[in-house]
Amino acid sequence: MLYREAGQYKTSYQSDQAIFPIAQDRWVVWTFVAVAFLVVPFFVNDYWTNAVLLPLLIYGLAALGLNILVGYCGQISLGTGGFMAVGAYASYKLMTSFPEMNMILVVLLSGGITAAVGSLFGLPSLRIKGFYLAVATLAAQFFLVWLFNKVGWFYNYSMTGQITAPDREMFGFLLTGPSALPWVKYLFCLTILTVFALIAKNLVRGRLGRNWMAIRDMDIAAELIGVRPLLTKLSAFAVSSFYIGMAGSLLFSVYLGAVEVGEVFGINVSFLVLFMVIIGGLGSIVGSFMGAAFLVLLPIFLKNFMVDGFGMMPVTAKHVEILLMGLLIIFFLIVEPHGLARLWQITKEKLRMWPFPY
Amino acid sequence: MKLKHLTAGLAALAVAAPLAATTAQAYELTIPSLVYRTGPYAPGGIPFANGYADYFKLLEQRDGGINGATINFVECETAYNTQQGVECYENTKNQGESGALVYQPLSTGITYQLIPKASVDEIPLFTMGYGRTSAANGKVFPWIFNFPGTYWDAASGMVNYAAAIEGGEDKLSGKTIALVYHNSAYGKEPIRTLEELAKKHGFKLELLPVDHPGQEQKATWLQIRRMQPDWVLMWGWGVMNQVAVKEASSIRFPMDRFIGNWWAGSEHDVTPAGEGANGYLSATFHAPGADFPLHQEILEKVYDANMGAGERERVGEVLYNRGLVAAVWTVEAIRKAMEIKGSNEITGKDVREGLEALNVTEARLAELGLPNFTYPVEISCSVHSDPGTVLIQQWDAAAGTWHVVASGIEPDRSVIMPLIEEDSAAYAAENNITPRDCN
Repeated sequence: MLYREAGQYKTSYQSDQAIFPIAQDRWVVWTFVAVAFLVVPFFVNDYWTNAVLLPLLIYGLAALGLNILVGYCGQISLGTGGFMAVGAYASYKLMTSFPEMNMILVVLLSGGITAAVGSLFGLPSLRIKGFYLAVATLAAQFFLVWLFNKVGWFYNYSMTGQITAPDREMFGFLLTGPSALPWVKYLFCLTILTVFALIAKNLVRGRLGRNWMAIRDMDIAAELIGVRPLLTKLSAFAVSSFYIGMAGSLLFSVYLGAVEVGEVFGINVSFLVLFMVIIGGLGSIVGSFMGAAFLVLLPIFLKNFMVDGFGMMPVTAKHVEILLMGLLIIFFLIVEPHGLARLWQITKEKLRMWPFPY
Repeated sequence: MKLKHLTAGLAALAVAAPLAATTAQAYELTIPSLVYRTGPYAPGGIPFANGYADYFKLLEQRDGGINGATINFVECETAYNTQQGVECYENTKNQGESGALVYQPLSTGITYQLIPKASVDEIPLFTMGYGRTSAANGKVFPWIFNFPGTYWDAASGMVNYAAAIEGGEDKLSGKTIALVYHNSAYGKEPIRTLEELAKKHGFKLELLPVDHPGQEQKATWLQIRRMQPDWVLMWGWGVMNQVAVKEASSIRFPMDRFIGNWWAGSEHDVTPAGEGANGYLSATFHAPGADFPLHQEILEKVYDANMGAGERERVGEVLYNRGLVAAVWTVEAIRKAMEIKGSNEITGKDVREGLEALNVTEARLAELGLPNFTYPVEISCSVHSDPGTVLIQQWDAAAGTWHVVASGIEPDRSVIMPLIEEDSAAYAAENNITPRDCN
């Protein structure tokens, strides 16, 4: 009744090719974006930004990046943590070597450097597939973490190997460092995520994205119809690493401020982001965000619910939380193996016929 | 005239009112405790958290709080993970009337994370014997306290112990000392000092990193077997300690030449190696065991009332005692802060003042029920880590207890202090901090 496309005629190519062809979708998305940009910044405090929103936005960006590689191009990767570390260390080196550099440029260049590293580690994908590729990218994960721990140049020979983000401003507002305002950090990450989500959506609808999907669905058939596997696979690795590198850069500079490579960018991060993509939905932009929200927000929600709501012991709550997370992941994968995005799609289809389903 | 009297009376009332209010309605002190009872390091985190919690429970039971103010003890689970630590910090920092008074972040990662943040939020960090060593320089790090000793004190104390056993500092020359360390910020801390000491005493330093989590150390100990070092020092944590002790015993490395630092010397580190661990040494800054009046009081008033945070038998374990002594010093700082302020309505800012004026003498320790338990501590504006004296304890596998074999080992502060100056100056320059004047 409410969600119905009857009467919405598409009279131009432009309206036919719109990202959200249904008017109701557009309204919802625009309202959501408007609230995120215009309302939320006035209400965020340190807790909301540092504990909830920043990890959500940053892991959303990382999941989006990985989804391009795994979900759209079908190349499995376990190197996400390592690639995020490349982004983080690249931005540390850029921030300390060029103190005047604009933060947007720092984030973009960090993404660029990660893209180069990512394509390098993507080269084996031309020869090996599936599990073997997963092992090759796992090697990337361990190699990169080892490298940043071993070579002093990456952490400016600091005694402990930790990197710390210096204070940087954006339009006169402090963006990084301990005194940065919560809403500045939030808006900065939100803007980057919004712009690059839009770019990703258009990439996967275009020629490049169709090439990726052709390779994913059947690489030999794709090759026969003229898709070049070298360029396609490497471009997927490059674009994916670009996003993941930006996420790593933001994680280090805006969110945490001080990072130790083994702890923050370990193998568990690679798995976390991969789970986000799988739970959210492979090959879906909105699924990446849903997966990130599921794995970032649910533990915090459960914790606050059990500890503050029911007065449970924090350690008991933690054990229950680990248990519940596992159960929920299994539940969702059984109910809908294609992820939360598919559940959302089914809901929308049902809603179209509501209240007179046939 | 009448009006004047009235205003004077009102003013007097206004001054008196808060004093009256404090006696009528108790002020609440928020003490956050960031614990890790889950995750890879939980075996080390649980006893520490229990010791910390039990002392506050005892104060609640026995005194009803601290100087008339009640205690709001907030435990938050970090799982030793930086991101969860940040969540805990943001969640607890503004709780209650007082806001969080002082943090014990426990993990090196969370500590590094909180050093700049806590300074901005004006909450002191008490990183007892861990975290950033150069935070001992109070001029650059006014909000960070890392007494009673730093990792550099520990490293130097361990080398001095080795020298004493060898028969004098000059005997170290030509010897080989290997450092087996957790390949992280924590494990890398002592390297700088050991390098300086190697230069000074003429011993050869061999660095052997072990990657997290340290489950696999065959190669490391094969190397040690080949290089035959005279001493092995270890900066380990979690499962790495147990594996190292086991491997050392399996290559028959003499255990009384193997010294762990104060996070590599608790019961669960040595018990898996069984008899083989007998004689293993570890540096520490407090005595092991439950034979102190304070422990007896805790057992009586907390555990007998079924309010203990952990198991009764585990009161007095090394890491339990460490959590306990952390709580004791924290409470002494809170008392000092109340004394300076002249009221018990203190905030994090006052606790910083209290920590900076802290002077816990042996007499005070005895009064608290901890005679000959640890060293007296005296903090000043410029020195946030005192005294740095090291104890060496040894594991007796047959009895299943640690006992102290050497005490009062002074670190070589003539080597350490210039390094602290240098590193803190680098931090100050990197973060545009002007060191404050302490005179």
